[in-house]
Amino acid sequence: MNVTDIQPSGVRIVDPAKEAMLLSALYIAQEREGVLTPEAIARVAERLGLEPGQVYSVASFYTLFRMQPTGRYLIQVCDGLSCYLCGGANQVVDYISAKIGIGPGETTPDGRFSLEKVQCLASCGTAPAMRINDDLYENLTPATIDAILERLQGEV
Amino acid sequence: MTPWQPVLLSNVNRPNSERITTYMAHGGYEALRKALNMAPAAVIAEVKASGLRGRGGAGFPTGVKWGFIAQDAPVKYLAVNTDEGEPGTFKDRLIVERDPHSILEGVIISAYAVGAHRAFVYIRGEFFLGVKRWIKAIADAYQHGFLGKDILGSGFDLDVSVHRGAGAYICGEETAMIESLEGKRGEPRLKPPYPAQIGMWDQPTIVQNVETLANIRHIIGRGAAWYASIGTEQSKGPKIFCVSGHVNRPGNYELPLGTPLREIIYEHAGGVRMGRRIKAIIPGGVSTPILPPDKLDVPMAFETLAAAGSALGTGAIVVMDETTDMVEAIRRITSFFVHESCGICVPCRIGGVRLLETLETIGAGKGTLADLERLDYLSRSISGLTFCPMGTGMCEPIASGINLFRSEFDARVAA
Ligand SMILES: Cc1cc2nc3c(=O)[nH]c(=O)nc-3n(C[C@H](O)[C@H](O)[C@H](O)COP(=O)(O)O)c2cc1C
Ligand code: SF4
Ligand code: FES
Repeated sequence: MNVTDIQPSGVRIVDPAKEAMLLSALYIAQEREGVLTPEAIARVAERLGLEPGQVYSVASFYTLFRMQPTGRYLIQVCDGLSCYLCGGANQVVDYISAKIGIGPGETTPDGRFSLEKVQCLASCGTAPAMRINDDLYENLTPATIDAILERLQGEV
Repeated sequence: MTPWQPVLLSNVNRPNSERITTYMAHGGYEALRKALNMAPAAVIAEVKASGLRGRGGAGFPTGVKWGFIAQDAPVKYLAVNTDEGEPGTFKDRLIVERDPHSILEGVIISAYAVGAHRAFVYIRGEFFLGVKRWIKAIADAYQHGFLGKDILGSGFDLDVSVHRGAGAYICGEETAMIESLEGKRGEPRLKPPYPAQIGMWDQPTIVQNVETLANIRHIIGRGAAWYASIGTEQSKGPKIFCVSGHVNRPGNYELPLGTPLREIIYEHAGGVRMGRRIKAIIPGGVSTPILPPDKLDVPMAFETLAAAGSALGTGAIVVMDETTDMVEAIRRITSFFVHESCGICVPCRIGGVRLLETLETIGAGKGTLADLERLDYLSRSISGLTFCPMGTGMCEPIASGINLFRSEFDARVAA
């Protein structure tokens, strides 16, 4: 925003919809390549008339914007209190780690899976919970985890 | 007494409950018609008289907040807080996914009352289904003439758009949410001025929680007197309690404010798993002080929980049984806050990391009495001294936890 936006009355006349577009633009930019590359950030900045540094500063604040590539399936296990109390959190992470051979923060060599611990998924009433890409999985047990991983292993 | 009939959750279990046709077949948008035939000031007066207090954690009286909006301001906004992320809380996600129109009807009535022609729905980026449900609900409401120009021939215009957050708990704090909606980092603003005075793009902005908004249609539809007959002296209406942890039937239970904690845990949530005893309860989400089992008879209301040394918060009840390792439970809560600190103020950013390190040392059995004292010293240097309430929230479980379970902490440290 600059001074020309401020009218003599003191009321700023701006188009809120346009101003609020940065997060949406970052989502769109990320969707294409699954990750925000410096080029994508520069492109967003140019389109919205912002400085690349400003765009980077905003993008880096939010955990859903990714600067590092992840595997095709990003497994995010809830590490929250309710999931912990219901036998989840560490136990789910350890179980998955043992099955796919990577720890939290790692990606399998074939690029199929990445594993992460995340904060509460608002599924505490159906704990333990995890998310894989856009899908939420609740009331996890070893058997349901086995079934989910087997299905994803088989996807071509 | 007849058992409580859910009001806010009356639709969620119907087949296709999220559709506008289902909603309208069960009285949906009737309250909107009624409100549009009232003067905006009369709608505000009705909400004030109902005694409704915000369900997002702070419990501020909703009608009073609406009254703060300058009537002559040329531009006013409404922002809908769907950023639910406090561990233990999972009520807003349920309403958005299963009954989005009950919130949207509240949005339109609220916007009409305060004179806002633009509403922004801010939704947690991880709520993939919720985003879809919000977008579909809004599109259908436009088609039915409940949004857009000249709503139901009233001359009132309202546009609503959906904005995805991107993974930051702090964006649930109203001023951080406004920053995020403006396309910035979600760093809180100093209050006052409050958003109702200076909010989005410096215009008066009403920020309201999703569950709060779901109450509005019932207040207008059935009247403030009916609404105010539910609950306690200072806590009116129904409330969704999220029960999780060591209970047999975790889930969302809608009950009148003032329902005793014991009844919620033992009658509705089926009691404690394996018949064990309760060791500790978090009554209102992880930023509220922990309660011991001798407080089980406390009525779940703002004033009674404050008197019991805790807070109603979001109404998220986390039950921990006698087998719970309290040091680990508290460490886990602290790790959440440290991860979510926005980092702009030192007590929260640095103090939080120090708290977590100290809890880790104690949890690993490597701590000393000096570490326990450090926890106390750190909490006192953070609580009440941060830019936004999150820093204080971070200290509540630690201070109350050590106070209640001192022997458990003592047993973990060397003298
Ligand atoms: C750290 C922090 C996180 C918050 N997160 C949320 C949230 O996720 N949802 C919400 O409705 N309110 C949240 N709040 C409360 C909001 O700041 C604000 O009080 C609320 O949205 C107002 O709506 P209400 O009066 O309808 O409750 C949070 C507050 C703080 C300090
Ligand atoms: S208390 Fe924490 S979250 Fe709040 S402004 Fe300070 S650093 Fe940010
Ligand atoms: S604590 Fe795991 S979903 Fe809330």
